[in-house]
Amino acid sequence: MAEVKQAARPLSPHLQIYRWSWTMAMSIAHRVTGVALYAGTVLIAAWLVAAASGPAAFDMAQAVAGSLFGRLVLFLYSFALLHHMIGGLRHFVWDMGRGYDPQTRMNMAKYSVVASGGLTLLVWIVAYAVR
Amino acid sequence: MAEFNLPQNSRLVAGKTWPKPAGASKLTEFKVYRWSPDDTENPRTDTYFVDREDCGPMVLDALIWIKSKIDPTLTFRRSCREGICGSCAMNMDGKNGLACTTGIDECGSKGKVAIYPLPHMPVIKDLVPDLTQFYAQHASIEPWLKTTTPAPEKEWAQGKEDREKLDGLYECILCACCTTSCPSYWWNGDRYLGPAALLQAYRWLIDSRDEATGDRLDNLEDPFRLYRCHTIMNCANACPKGLNPAKAIAEVKKMMVTRQV
Repeated sequence: MAEVKQAARPLSPHLQIYRWSWTMAMSIAHRVTGVALYAGTVLIAAWLVAAASGPAAFDMAQAVAGSLFGRLVLFLYSFALLHHMIGGLRHFVWDMGRGYDPQTRMNMAKYSVVASGGLTLLVWIVAYAVR
Repeated sequence: MAEFNLPQNSRLVAGKTWPKPAGASKLTEFKVYRWSPDDTENPRTDTYFVDREDCGPMVLDALIWIKSKIDPTLTFRRSCREGICGSCAMNMDGKNGLACTTGIDECGSKGKVAIYPLPHMPVIKDLVPDLTQFYAQHASIEPWLKTTTPAPEKEWAQGKEDREKLDGLYECILCACCTTSCPSYWWNGDRYLGPAALLQAYRWLIDSRDEATGDRLDNLEDPFRLYRCHTIMNCANACPKGLNPAKAIAEVKKMMVTRQV
């Protein structure tokens, strides 16, 4: 038989073409917020170190955190925290073998955005109200 | 590590637009993935226009129409045309399914029907992926009845309730729609078994006649083989038979925990 030269097989498109669904989006959001929490924990640690270092360092940490940019970062951090918490609860339900029918699984993903967004706003409203 | 971009030889280039059929009043545009092993070109997407008055309602009808009326080189698998053989599994309008049970009108989210092979698989030609690894992973869960007690004179008996536990599992046709829809399988398909193999693993784990439950669980107790499932749920959304591999995997994870208490 004559030798046939064949090109290497290509890999079919995946992420480039797959249609997004709520469960897919919330899964990656859970991963992204989880990574963001590492950075957020560093911020908390820095704040605690500043508090332990003395009044001058603490005043500076407070000024940075209280600035417009600082508040924006804290707002996003609180959203990541709450989103990750709600996502954790969703995974807890799924780990018990519940919530797998088509309607429930989509709703659980969809409403975790609503719930985490709502809770974040609530936290900030309360924080400003009791200030 | 997950590789999100396509390798150099897999990136899509502009394809050919085939002429519209003459005298057709109702046309639907199809964008179809093409790749041939016989040249060194990169994959491309060709555009075809299907005369809907002359064609059946399903995506498979349209592919057969294109192959017979426009371009005989278009290559795809098909056999039963009634959703039981699993041959015509592909990605249509961004979602995996069987071309024979997916209506053309269900695929219009972008005004045209985009058709690709099953995602993240080596392509043999056009819409035909290489499923060797997929079948090997299915074989690795040893999908047959395993017993140690002497075989009964007649058949292995199973009560009605125990038989019902297999509903929603035995119907799997191994079309690979679920496994190739799973991002976790895309990134770790060499070590993660994927939804189809795991659904079959569960089908044998809960079979009341099977006597190798412990060994089967031992075989799955691995950070990758089982635990790469992150409940993304693409598998359950894609299954053309309406099965729920995500739930089956959750049940296997539960069995892992409960056997320890």
